[in-house]
Amino acid sequence: QKVTVEVLDHLEHLALVDFRDLEGVEWLQEAIEFADQLHEVNTDGMEPMDSVLEDRCLYLREDDVTEGNCTKELLQNAREKVEEYFVAPPGNIPLPKLEERETFLQG
Amino acid sequence: QVSAALREGRVTPTELCQKCLSLIKSTKFLNAYITVAEETALKQAEESEKRYRRGQPLGVLDGIPVAVKDNFNTAGIETTCASNMLKGYISPYNATVVQKLLDQGAVLLGKTNLDEFAMGSGSTDGIFGPVRNPWSYSSQYKEKSVPKSHSEDKESNWVITGGSSGGSAAAVSSFTCFAALGSDTGGSTRNPAAHCGVVGLKPTYGLISRHGLIPLVNSMDVPGILTRCVDDAAVVLGSLAGHDPKDSTTIQDNFKPFELPNLTDVSKLSIGIPKEYHAPGLSSEILALWSKAADLFKNAGAKVIEVSLPHTRYSIVCYHVLCTAEVASNMARFDGLEYGHRSDMNESTESMYAATRREGFNDVVRGRILSGNYFLLKQNYEDYFVKAQKVRRLIASDFVKVFRSGVDVLLTPTTLSDAVPYMEFIKEDNRTRSTQDDILTQAANMAGLPAINVPTALSERGLPVGLQFIGRSFQEKQLLTVAKWFEKQVKFPMIQLEVVKKHDHGVFQHQKSASVS
Repeated sequence: QKVTVEVLDHLEHLALVDFRDLEGVEWLQEAIEFADQLHEVNTDGMEPMDSVLEDRCLYLREDDVTEGNCTKELLQNAREKVEEYFVAPPGNIPLPKLEERETFLQG
Repeated sequence: QVSAALREGRVTPTELCQKCLSLIKSTKFLNAYITVAEETALKQAEESEKRYRRGQPLGVLDGIPVAVKDNFNTAGIETTCASNMLKGYISPYNATVVQKLLDQGAVLLGKTNLDEFAMGSGSTDGIFGPVRNPWSYSSQYKEKSVPKSHSEDKESNWVITGGSSGGSAAAVSSFTCFAALGSDTGGSTRNPAAHCGVVGLKPTYGLISRHGLIPLVNSMDVPGILTRCVDDAAVVLGSLAGHDPKDSTTIQDNFKPFELPNLTDVSKLSIGIPKEYHAPGLSSEILALWSKAADLFKNAGAKVIEVSLPHTRYSIVCYHVLCTAEVASNMARFDGLEYGHRSDMNESTESMYAATRREGFNDVVRGRILSGNYFLLKQNYEDYFVKAQKVRRLIASDFVKVFRSGVDVLLTPTTLSDAVPYMEFIKEDNRTRSTQDDILTQAANMAGLPAINVPTALSERGLPVGLQFIGRSFQEKQLLTVAKWFEKQVKFPMIQLEVVKKHDHGVFQHQKSASVS
């Protein structure tokens, strides 16, 4: 079953990355087919494994401040900044819909 | 050996550093280094020299030139991950493993080349171009390659290093450094180690801190160690392993650095040969070598038995799903706001992010992000992501069963064949190649087990072939002891490189003994 344009569009929105061309879409199609092999395996009664260290307790540090005050270093790598803020374009504008976007999926 | 030479004053850290730096310049055609930190390296070497003169070196690694894969953060030095997304990004901090090396006095020569964001098995897909395997220029390879015609560019049949830590492997293999850091998520340290004829160690997940290693798959990534001999790997491991409060996935057990014993009696050893690792596509040469290695152990008195890891062939599929899913999550941090490339698009946050990511990532990265997001969609989550996690448990428990049955160490091939020429490698796309090449190395990452590639012999084409040992969780000492015994038995030949010979033979003489002690 092929992936629908709606799903492809949805993925582009979620990932904020574009398929670019037919090859990109085919890549996904092949990835899905490849992954489908998983369904050959019988996993009845198996618990999913999150981490190989699941038998151990996760380590949490004490909530003590041990380092910080590195505002200057952190801001150094940002392109757009004002005083001590990272500057972003307006955030409450969603990515344009499929019809209005410049995307390969239009075709 | 070289450490002893430093202590005895036969060579000084600055001499060593300068020789390595000039060798790096002479081997520029290998494209192993993205950034060479000449000034800082020389400064570090000078500091080291002062310490040696006072008779107070920090340790075995003091003054030793090392290289680090370019996906580790290094303060003040550009860290690119071979991607446009991070071009020009100067890390504000050192990764824990880098800091540990520097604290021991190691001299950081530079950052090595890789596949973009460590995704790939050839070190061919980064923005700085592919890495060339130093063995392409060895007399061993040149003797065996039949020139097809006068006009054929001799340059064009150079072979790949494997990946994704190809730069690190090439750097170690061409003598430009004594040890290098790589990363291993699906075999990225062991694969290039096998192709470049060096030792590649993947430690147990949780032993070495990942803080500062730009993450790919949080549940499988580990820093990898590349050296010219097993003893060196043990030394580097000793300085890197241990709990890091900044990485909560490092175990809290106390780690004691160890020296490897010289094993003489292997009769108490039980070596497992997993039959599923006789994978389709395994070259007959490597199959024969694997067999010979098994016999080597048998003849020395060890118990060698065939074992089964039934879910091996699903490992790569499982990896494909889990890797792309975690990658989709990890790559979300690259939005152009706080660091890295930022697009000029300014209409909205989302469109800026989308444009930044379109401009910054290559096809491979984008492909994985999109696939990962697909598998994580609500309608697919159970069928793909959770399913893969269940299969992962099956794979991990395969290993547990085998080790519980008394096997100490598993012996398998590392790669399906020797290094292929670049022109041939690029005929297939990155995913196909990764799928093929990771097949033998991937399962160890699934289960978090330690694994090591030991260079074994030269193929008919004059290129290195390695074999892999997989050990029990956190039993690096046992794993490396066996690896060292094996290394001693096979006496892998040293690479014969014109360019190295032209340089001062004296210093690198020490290296010869390193691999044949």
